[in-house]
Amino acid sequence: MLKVNNIETWYDLIRALHGISFEVKQGDIVTLLGSNGAGKSTILKTIMRLLYDLKEEQPEKGTIEFMGERIDRKNTDEIVRMGISYVPEGREVFPELSVLENIMMGAYTRRDRKTIKDDIDHVFDHFPILKARKDQEAGHLSGGEQQMLAIGRALMSRPKLLMLDEPSLGLSPLLTRDIFTIIRDINQKDGVTILLVEQNVNMALKYANFAFMMENGRIVRAEKPEILREDEDVKEFYLGIAKETSVKGYQRYRRKVRFR
Amino acid sequence: MVEGLAIGACYGLFATAVVIIYKTSEVVNFAQGEMAMFSSFVAFHILSAYQYPFWLAFVITMLFSILLGILIEFLFLRPAKHPSILGMIVITLGAEMFLMGLASWKWGAEQKFFSLPLNPSVTYEPVKGMIITNWAIAVFAVTACIMLFLYIFFKFTRLGVAMRATQQNKHAAKIMGIRTERIFSFAWGFSSLIGAVAGMFFASRATLDPAFMMEPFLRAFAAAVLGGLMSIPGVIIGGALMGLIENFFGYFWPHWKPIIAFIVIILVLCLRPSGLFTKHYVKKV
Repeated sequence: MLKVNNIETWYDLIRALHGISFEVKQGDIVTLLGSNGAGKSTILKTIMRLLYDLKEEQPEKGTIEFMGERIDRKNTDEIVRMGISYVPEGREVFPELSVLENIMMGAYTRRDRKTIKDDIDHVFDHFPILKARKDQEAGHLSGGEQQMLAIGRALMSRPKLLMLDEPSLGLSPLLTRDIFTIIRDINQKDGVTILLVEQNVNMALKYANFAFMMENGRIVRAEKPEILREDEDVKEFYLGIAKETSVKGYQRYRRKVRFR
Repeated sequence: MVEGLAIGACYGLFATAVVIIYKTSEVVNFAQGEMAMFSSFVAFHILSAYQYPFWLAFVITMLFSILLGILIEFLFLRPAKHPSILGMIVITLGAEMFLMGLASWKWGAEQKFFSLPLNPSVTYEPVKGMIITNWAIAVFAVTACIMLFLYIFFKFTRLGVAMRATQQNKHAAKIMGIRTERIFSFAWGFSSLIGAVAGMFFASRATLDPAFMMEPFLRAFAAAVLGGLMSIPGVIIGGALMGLIENFFGYFWPHWKPIIAFIVIILVLCLRPSGLFTKHYVKKV
């Protein structure tokens, strides 16, 4: 469905992505894992062409294909129209619009009024709390509610692929679990393919069908989550189950899988 | 008193134009006055050179002002790469001088007489001691209409809500598939139109020359600051207050009249920088 082929993205003189390739298959939940600064969010931004402001030719190299069509030179609104929806890091709701107006903005690319109404109800089914708050200003919602709003808003464009950037950011473990359950519901009931960027490796590995691990702008491993969860390195670095410190006190991944 | 309110409404109308641009792109458009001046000159030109009836000229001018706004946004602001706010403001200053130069080249710097099809000497006296001119009535009616329209537009239409969304979070608006650049052109066209309406009112009161919008712009800017630069109802009230304050000073201390706008700006910025009527929104992390 989504095919990323050897992309490079630069922030001025710093190369943030060093040739990333991966594929997301229809109906999957795929997760990108990695520490801070690994380039996970940059991948999503590159796919959405949000770095267009910095430079017109982003990504510098490589191609991105969605449903067999190249999107690496399209404008963001065209990409949204093609069926990719993006929930940015830190929610980014419209603070002074009401919850309902926020959700309506998600359907901005659509013209069919009747089905929009149905979809709003559908979003409220997923997130009943939003229905209770529908006339409040979105800026007055709590963090978790804002996250739900951001996801609900992204669903309104009827995406084929939903990209989520750290949906668990700043949420309590309980709420994180709720959000993840809803994400799985969206995947299984609505048939939306999901690309998930997460710091919460434990959670992400529990819900994903496939995982890519990133480090320093490269994908270092591509594995089924069951395998990664049992992996010694992953346990040590991400799940906090420490074994022993190496001589240097830290360790880099051996690059077992590289697509170059 | 009524006259002061009417002038205030004019300021308010004009300040609304400033605020629409400020709200969408965070730029104080210093070319606003000159854009209105240019549109008024176009109206004047159509009226005097082609002898068209006023309403036709009015419609043409409105269309022209929308185009002018979009054109200025497209030609001057959009090509600016990595624009900082200050840079954008300087660009609008440049656009202002450009328009002023163009107008003096085309129509000359001498003062012209511009009139609306209203006889300013016709007055009404509904209550004893309260005199309303024709002009004031027209101003009130037009301002009310535009305000009503704006309220409905920003509250209930898809495009209006999208404009508010873009103003609050441009980044997120883009993700929603909103063409933010189109929203900007639209805001400029819109604001230019409202400015042109206000400009014609001002021109019909005073005279028309390439610098005639300078002072009304600064007063309207003071009104906008007074109202908080962000909320349209606040700005209208700010405009009305401005008109009243000015008339009051004009009555008691005529020498102070031209200065009062600046005193208001300074006082507001010192005492309540966010304006009288804004609610401040602090971003939650």
